[in-house]
Amino acid sequence: MSELGPDIREPHEPGLALHVEDLTVSYDDRPALWDIDLNIPPGVMAGVVGPNGAGKSTLLKAVLGLVPLSAGHVRLFGYPYRNQRRRVGYVPQRSSVDWDFPTTAVDVVTMGLYGKLGWLRWPGRRERDLALRALDEVGMEALADRQMSELSGGQQQRVFIARALVQQPDILLLDEPMAGVDATTERSIIDILGRLRSEGRTIIVVHHDLQTVQRYFDWLVMLNVRVIAAGPLDAVYTPRNLRRTYGGQVALLDAGGEATDESAHANATH
Amino acid sequence: MISLASPTVAILLTGMLVGVSAALLGSFLVLRGNSMLADAISHSILFGIALAWLLTGQTTGPVQIAGAALSGVLAVLLIETLTRTRRLRDDAAIGLVFPALFSIGVLLINVFARDVHLDEHTVLLGEIGFVWLDTLTLGGVELPRATLAMAVMLALDAVFVLVFYKSLKLATFDPDLARALGLAPGLVFYAHLSLLSGTAVAAFDAVGVVLFVTFVVVPPATALLLTRRLSTLIAVAMLIAAASAPIGYGVALWLDVSIGGSMALATGPFLAAAYAWRRWQTARRRRVRPVQPASSASA
Repeated sequence: MSELGPDIREPHEPGLALHVEDLTVSYDDRPALWDIDLNIPPGVMAGVVGPNGAGKSTLLKAVLGLVPLSAGHVRLFGYPYRNQRRRVGYVPQRSSVDWDFPTTAVDVVTMGLYGKLGWLRWPGRRERDLALRALDEVGMEALADRQMSELSGGQQQRVFIARALVQQPDILLLDEPMAGVDATTERSIIDILGRLRSEGRTIIVVHHDLQTVQRYFDWLVMLNVRVIAAGPLDAVYTPRNLRRTYGGQVALLDAGGEATDESAHANATH
Repeated sequence: MISLASPTVAILLTGMLVGVSAALLGSFLVLRGNSMLADAISHSILFGIALAWLLTGQTTGPVQIAGAALSGVLAVLLIETLTRTRRLRDDAAIGLVFPALFSIGVLLINVFARDVHLDEHTVLLGEIGFVWLDTLTLGGVELPRATLAMAVMLALDAVFVLVFYKSLKLATFDPDLARALGLAPGLVFYAHLSLLSGTAVAAFDAVGVVLFVTFVVVPPATALLLTRRLSTLIAVAMLIAAASAPIGYGVALWLDVSIGGSMALATGPFLAAAYAWRRWQTARRRRVRPVQPASSASA
């Protein structure tokens, strides 16, 4: 994959946590992302929303260099991802791995340090301590030596988050971290992410539940192959933009922001 | 002069080396969920063996192992290319590629190598009973050629796994994260499969390709039922493979049947026992479970 865009020796848009310009990604000649321009400033908690097939996961993968780019470029604090690996944490969808793999929670978290260790060094005492501390941050230290398959979905998700935290990332990319977890876990995940943001880190979350968007995020990217709208939540989260993003798919949205908010509260309390 | 060429020693040693190296590399293949690639590779190498013989006139030795290893990798590349078109699923692609390469190999042997010691029956089933006949002397020790080849491959496999253990593990568990962290899972994958191909070539004299696949798949699958740590899984798989060789040899002598076949079959009872143990464990835990909520609530 060739690096497209401006000279990588010069920082390009270093003031932005994430800068995406003219990005197109295609699968089988069908565009999954089309001409994406996106700027996310440091220190925000940004949600990425859009219907199924909108390219939300593909956007994260494009940022991480996991899919080939047909056009455009991505910069993190001014530089391409491969110069910034250490500063980026990634939490993939929970369903993307086989949880029957013979490994324990603390072992999975240690994997987050493999990049720092490089090809040849083995993880030791120090790495285990760092991993335990990361597990402690997500409230999972007591289950450190549990087999992954013995953990609930929400616990597995928290281990995944700890695996990204152990890298001490400046930017954290999460792909549907709330999918299939119970309400308690969802609240604790949001607490963890809020704490990280208050430390000045940038959080970017692919999210599917529109009812919680207003409570969780202060920045929003509305995506449907193209960027429909992106910016501070209050400016872009409008019924008009929702309709343009989702088409006719979400009937309840026509009731407007107030109604959505109320039904969200109703959902959370019952 | 020391001799390792007594039939019993040669047969047992070779069988154990084949089993241990197959189980070592097979552990990662089974965990990745593509055990059938072992089948594809071990058949496709016949194409490489035939081609290497046509070009160099050798039926054994490093050139032949390297050539055949390349044809194993070629098979994997073809399978991946076909899968990437999304016109075929990967199981169909595997089923398409390896019989093609295997049959081209058979045809090459039929047409050009009628009189040479290289026949498709041996490739499939091997002749471990005869490994002690073909020896060479190394530093005053008389060694069967096949045993030496297997020992060299096992050493290479072990060094590879030890050095790249972390990368292999992450590439198997979560290839996306491996790539994101810059640990080149694709490169690790192909290096792993190249070694598997080389090991399969070295093993084909002894147990043949079909029985080699047994050692790649069954011991790791058995160990997966017994343990929850990757390092333990690999160790247990290697132990089961090593134990199957002498057990199989004993059974073969007793019933006067194929030695390679009975060595491979000896892995079966281990799998059955592990499965029964796992079932019993699960059933026991289920019986205990009703008590658990109370105790975990107080914890």
